[in-house]
Amino acid sequence: MKLPIYMDYQATTPCDPRVVEAMLPYFSESFGNAASRNHRYGWEAEAAVEQARERIAALIGAHPKEIVFTSGSTESINLALKGAAQMYAEKGRHIVTCQSEHKAVLDVAKHLEMQGFEVTYLQPDTTGRVSAEAVAAALRPDTILVALMWANNEVGTLNPVREIGELCHAKGVLFFTDATQAAGKIPVDVEADHVDMACLSGHKLYGPKGIGILYVRRKNPRVRLVAQMDGGGHERGMRSGTLNVPSIVGLGKACELARLELPEESARTAALRDHLERRIFGELDFVYLNGNREHRLPNNLNVSFAYVEGESLIMGFADVAVSSGSACTSASLEPSHVLRAMAVGEDLAHSSIRFGIGRSTTREEVDFAATQVIAAVKRLRELSPLYEMALEGIDPKTVNWQAHH
Amino acid sequence: MAYSKKVIDHYQNPRNVGSLDKSAPTVGTGVVGAPECGDVMKLQIQVEGDRIVDAKFKTFGCGSAIASSSLATEWIKGKTLDEALAIQNTQIVEELSLPPVKIHCSVLAEDAIKAAVHDYKTKQALEAKS
Ligand SMILES: Cc1ncc(COP(=O)(O)O)c(C=O)c1O
Repeated sequence: MKLPIYMDYQATTPCDPRVVEAMLPYFSESFGNAASRNHRYGWEAEAAVEQARERIAALIGAHPKEIVFTSGSTESINLALKGAAQMYAEKGRHIVTCQSEHKAVLDVAKHLEMQGFEVTYLQPDTTGRVSAEAVAAALRPDTILVALMWANNEVGTLNPVREIGELCHAKGVLFFTDATQAAGKIPVDVEADHVDMACLSGHKLYGPKGIGILYVRRKNPRVRLVAQMDGGGHERGMRSGTLNVPSIVGLGKACELARLELPEESARTAALRDHLERRIFGELDFVYLNGNREHRLPNNLNVSFAYVEGESLIMGFADVAVSSGSACTSASLEPSHVLRAMAVGEDLAHSSIRFGIGRSTTREEVDFAATQVIAAVKRLRELSPLYEMALEGIDPKTVNWQAHH
Repeated sequence: MAYSKKVIDHYQNPRNVGSLDKSAPTVGTGVVGAPECGDVMKLQIQVEGDRIVDAKFKTFGCGSAIASSSLATEWIKGKTLDEALAIQNTQIVEELSLPPVKIHCSVLAEDAIKAAVHDYKTKQALEAKS
């Protein structure tokens, strides 16, 4: 067992060795520019790119021509939201999204607000889910775009994408979904789910960092975007720049592996996740699941350990690499905006830990992590004045705290 | 974020963890911070004459908050009330090599000392009256 045990797979994943192997020839041997039409170097690169396009499209049920290569999900989100807003501004200036989206979506939405667009930020329910009814109620005659994620990166909650997609198509509103965490983890089918645009990122599914795609629907409806990167007119004019062939090949391989191994892998990770959850909930009191028990990613577990602060908890099991929703661990002073949007109390947000189960996670690792976490929580609760109060029957929420900051 | 050796030592081997009888007239209790801010410190002192003969703490907070309160109990044990009140957060920052984002932890520890002494003095004043 290699320590520390990596359990932060939502942040990033290691490159699968099969991906690395597929990429290697494209650095120094088949190094051509995929846009070079006059010689074999170019043709080889182009063929490799087209094969990758097919593999990526196959993972999400798209046509290869609907795949636009970008540097990752952040860029794809920028292109999708800004590109669509600018293209369809004449039609309307209203956009619907959600408070628990990734910062990349929220920051682009803020940017568009400054450019005169109006954005509705729906509040998810307490499990992090947005219902199609809530979306329907937010739609206006001037709504041009709905942007709601497939799976949340912190709590793993899945949105009812198909229902939202159907609604948007019925109303003639474009639907973008951030599938960064969903792709490769759960079945994604842009056709059946009525998705118009979707993004995914190589480094979240055992591919390289710095490569991703935007899926852009070609018909029913044909989605048009204003390019955010001008230049040679690559990628149907939507994203100029010489293609990053080795990374594209890697992303293609990663998507192929994800598609072939998804049924087995999602069942395996879910079983390990459930084991971790059972141990934590079986051996500790005052623990709360953040997310949705029914509609969730198979590889994600987000738990609040009441009366213990997240950063001190992470310090207590240094041999397990995880993330916390506590403010102390991040640059900002606010705890996770996702947990806030779900109306999880700030005290519990400070006590949250996100566990990720990955392709190479073993049962032994999960048991090791569970044992360490449980021991650390117990030890820190010995130190916790809040736990002491809870045991005395005083709910810390009812105390009038003299807050400093 | 990397922690200093001293923070890690206090985190792993916190000194004077526990609780004193908060209803005892010789015990002063200070509780500062708030759960939604991510830290709460409870610091208690047992006083004989004007000297602190025992001190205990419990802290909900990050490693630096735990270390700051652990260190505070170590420092005030054996000190007079006035000496304890003279302890400043900057001394804690220096001793534990706290980075700027963790200075609030030391402020909280200083406040906890002051709150405990204040509580003790208030109790004594009430005793004197009755
Ligand atoms: C849901 C979600 N969207 C977008 C991103 C950004 O992806 P990238 O790192 O490819 O820019 C991430 C990763 O942090 C994510 O989890």
